[in-house]
Amino acid sequence: MLKGNGMDRRDFLKLTSAAVPLAAAGPVARAYASPLASLAAMAPPSDRVLVVIRLDGGNDGLNTVLPLDQYANLAKARANILIPEAKAVKLNAATGLHPSLAGFGKMFADGRLRIIQAVGYPNHNQSHFRSTDIWFSGSEYNQILSTGWLGRYLETVYPNYPDGYPSKDFPDPPAVQVGSSLYTLLQGAEVPMGMAVASATSIYSLVPAGTDIAPKTPAGHELEFIRQMATETQKYGESLKAAVAAATNKSTLYPATGNKLSDQLKGVARLIAGGLQTKVYVVSLRGFDTHANQVLAADVTTGGHANLLTQLNDAIVAFQDDLKLLGLENRVLGMTMSEFGRRILSNASLGTDHGTSAPLFVWGAGVSGGLLGVNPTIPAAVTVKDNIPMQYDYRSIYATLLRDWLGVGAADLAKVMLKDFPFLPLVGTPIVPRGEAAAGEGLEPNFPNPFRGATTLRYRVPSGERVRLRIFDTRGGLVRVVVDGFHAPGSYARTLEAGRMAPGTYICRLEVGERSFQRPLEVMR
Amino acid sequence: MGERTLTAARKSALAVSATAALAGDAAFSKYANHALPKRAAVAAGLEAYTGTWDKRHAGHLLRRALFGFTAADLDKAVSLSAAACVDALLDAPEVVPGLPLSTDANDPTPIGTSWTVSAYDGNYNGTRQRSLQNWWMALLSGQGFSAREKMNVFWHNHLATELDVVGDARYAWVHHLLLRKNALGNFKSLIIAITTDAAMLNYLNGDSNTNTNPNENYGRELQELFTIGKGVEVAAGNYTNYTEEDVKATARVLTGWRDVREGSTSEFLANKHDVKDKLFSAAYGNQTITGRSGADAGTLELKDLVDMIFAQAETAKYLCRKLYRFFVYYDIDASVEANIIAPLADQLQKGGFEVKPVLATLFKSAHFQDTLNQGCHIKPPLDLVIGSLRQLGIALPDGADPLKQYSLMAALVGEAGRMQQEIGNPPNVAGWPAYYQLPVFYEVWINSDTLPRRIQFTDKLASAKGYGYYTDKSFLAADALALAKATSKPGTAETIVAEWSALLFPITLTDVQLKYLKDVLLNGLPDYEWGVEWDDYVAAPTDATKIKPVETRLRALLTAMLQLAEYQLC
Repeated sequence: MLKGNGMDRRDFLKLTSAAVPLAAAGPVARAYASPLASLAAMAPPSDRVLVVIRLDGGNDGLNTVLPLDQYANLAKARANILIPEAKAVKLNAATGLHPSLAGFGKMFADGRLRIIQAVGYPNHNQSHFRSTDIWFSGSEYNQILSTGWLGRYLETVYPNYPDGYPSKDFPDPPAVQVGSSLYTLLQGAEVPMGMAVASATSIYSLVPAGTDIAPKTPAGHELEFIRQMATETQKYGESLKAAVAAATNKSTLYPATGNKLSDQLKGVARLIAGGLQTKVYVVSLRGFDTHANQVLAADVTTGGHANLLTQLNDAIVAFQDDLKLLGLENRVLGMTMSEFGRRILSNASLGTDHGTSAPLFVWGAGVSGGLLGVNPTIPAAVTVKDNIPMQYDYRSIYATLLRDWLGVGAADLAKVMLKDFPFLPLVGTPIVPRGEAAAGEGLEPNFPNPFRGATTLRYRVPSGERVRLRIFDTRGGLVRVVVDGFHAPGSYARTLEAGRMAPGTYICRLEVGERSFQRPLEVMR
Repeated sequence: MGERTLTAARKSALAVSATAALAGDAAFSKYANHALPKRAAVAAGLEAYTGTWDKRHAGHLLRRALFGFTAADLDKAVSLSAAACVDALLDAPEVVPGLPLSTDANDPTPIGTSWTVSAYDGNYNGTRQRSLQNWWMALLSGQGFSAREKMNVFWHNHLATELDVVGDARYAWVHHLLLRKNALGNFKSLIIAITTDAAMLNYLNGDSNTNTNPNENYGRELQELFTIGKGVEVAAGNYTNYTEEDVKATARVLTGWRDVREGSTSEFLANKHDVKDKLFSAAYGNQTITGRSGADAGTLELKDLVDMIFAQAETAKYLCRKLYRFFVYYDIDASVEANIIAPLADQLQKGGFEVKPVLATLFKSAHFQDTLNQGCHIKPPLDLVIGSLRQLGIALPDGADPLKQYSLMAALVGEAGRMQQEIGNPPNVAGWPAYYQLPVFYEVWINSDTLPRRIQFTDKLASAKGYGYYTDKSFLAADALALAKATSKPGTAETIVAEWSALLFPITLTDVQLKYLKDVLLNGLPDYEWGVEWDDYVAAPTDATKIKPVETRLRALLTAMLQLAEYQLC
């Protein structure tokens, strides 16, 4: 099993001591330094948006990201629900995706999807509510926190909220959740750091949650009056309405009906396009608590779980398409979260019971694509007690996205995350840097990544220019020059041998003329 | 009308936002009534209600007669018959309250003892006024199963004075005791007493009403607002029920009274009294009140005056309309006037102006219990603030630590004040506009400033941290687990939603709304998962990792329920 980010303190010292004086590494230095400083092509952190998709109920990770190299044992543990290997959307020889996630496969190939294996926390709790509280708050398994991790983050951006907001500099809500009651994810020390809009269909009318037809009585008369006032006094009602009015969706890929997540993301795209300065959007897809009838017996690639993954796939594909058409894709990064994965052993009801760790997706143009971590090892004789060991602490994802995507500084990060977690290579250069890059230009995700031995670096150059492809360590020290010279237009591939590179994270930087692109690489032990 | 003489310090202490201050004066929401709403006629009259007596009907009575109710109050009400429940509310023995205490370390009156018998001290009068409000708020919070506190506030609204204008906390205290003593008593004797009450003399300038320099202020408000009411102005200075000449004559009847600091009482100065006869208009049948001299003159002429006013049928009707708007609904159409107001007024007058029997008739009536009259109030701020604490079963600090208790009450006075109902300080002598302002009435309570305040208040009560007071060292928070345990089947999501709804809302929710609330509790999970999580908690009731998951969900549900517009109804 991969430990943390694949690198311990000793390795880190080995890696860095050659390049920089030890003291410069500082007490909180991490193996993976922030790429932000040099990612000039991406939207500045102040313009960036994080979209969180909650997969409500505990998503079955083993039927989502398929560990094809474990199928011999897996077939014994969950024969009645296992997706046939032939139907998998292949990512590589060992790993595939559920057939409903074909769009994810394309995003993966395009370097716009990061899959992190076996995300969880030590002593994983199998209660929905408790584990949700843990995921929302960012707590230890045995720690009670009353605030949410995003609530704490937003408090660093909106001090003293809600006093003095909205303001000239902060005209919009810190966070918008599509859904009726705000998740504790957004809870600040005093108040929730965001607003809920009732549902996807009423996102534009801002009707208070839980509203239904008023009775035709004097009470109903006053009820309608109060509801009108509640709508009117939505603190950010005007700014939301203005944002909605200022933009329209451009993608034609949004499913017309039957995809609740798509409706929510469509609204989010419109709000972002309308100029809302909101930092965080939270949407959800319900129904992942698949104790029964997760699959249809006649065809295990269909059924409840397949329907949910189809919705997830189609919604994100349409949303990404929309963001691209709206010119927003460099501003938006998304992640999924679910309170737990499900048991390795399936049950007799064509379903799965509560489990522990599961894969998590981070997606968007700004993502550092690829697979992180290894397929879980499935024992030969799986019992009801067997679960998937954690490879990555869920808070490493949070900490990394806060630092590398949202640009949170060390002091604030300590306040939000409450302790240090290893950073992961999740954020990279957008495929199409804003404004300046020529069409087709750029650095693709290396493959494989993380890697042992060697990996392939692919890049495209649209016109004859000087090209430099170099590898830096996380402190900015030059490790390797892969390419330095004039290139004719075309696509290129170069092999990077790990050689004596210590395990850990590196930055691969492509410079074409005055433009640069970069992606993190990870060398495994 | 009394001059508003708020000091700058007082104004800032109130910290009313500009919006709220504006709203308090007369800026109504653009959504508020532009005309009285049309409603279906309520067929039921004053005949006794004989229908189902369940939580909904009992809750309706308690909502109107109390400042909110506890789950125990509701159980008690349901256990009685409809009539017995009304009687219990009206006949509850009067609990003589303790004295308002000093909580100001600088006041020569030691902390924890009462300033009511201390000499007036301008340096501490302000803090004593605050103390009186806090003491009053504690009485409202601890009202018990009795309509007395609600009726006390009814009279406070009807015979309004402003604590801050009266200017001597001891006067305000004595004035309060007068209203309290007569809360369920006799309208006519209350009017006689209030006329020579030190606070009222001070507030409406009765103290400067003399034979040589008559002041009409009280004489006008006595008729316009307190007794007979202003009718249609049929000619210049003729308000149907009385005229400008009657205002002048009334003022002359009342010349010679002035307040006395010692004992917060009043005295009659015969040499300041107008001894001539006072002639009244045709509105009063051209009656004459014989001018008198001597020490008894003031009392005797006051009696004649009140007899004359109370002999007019309109006086009883006027009070019954006020009671109706306070306890039933704001719109008095022709049918309500004929079928409810007129017979009630008849009862009031024939019964020598005893108020309690009239309230009993009203509360026991089929009309009061008609579905159309349920939930059609918007909670006044005092009902919202105190009622929320009671309905959520939140225990309040007792008087063992007066500093702590008064600190909480001060916070609550401030909350209701910023929601535009500061106990002791109605906006003017007409009382709160919610009870008279056509056509908005109760809708005046809700504007873009007050609605968010209301929701913030209940949000805090529903939160785990709670509502902070006493320099934020103490907190009031609903015990969501206890509220769930008090339901008949806490392991069932539907039961919690249904039973909490019955406690919190005056009208029934739709199926769509009940489903929404269940979804909030379950957070998207199938129904049975709630039972699983609840059982886990019951099996390990002291394990924080089992308590918190269910508590968090219950708090989310409670928050969502308190945020529903239905919760603002009463």
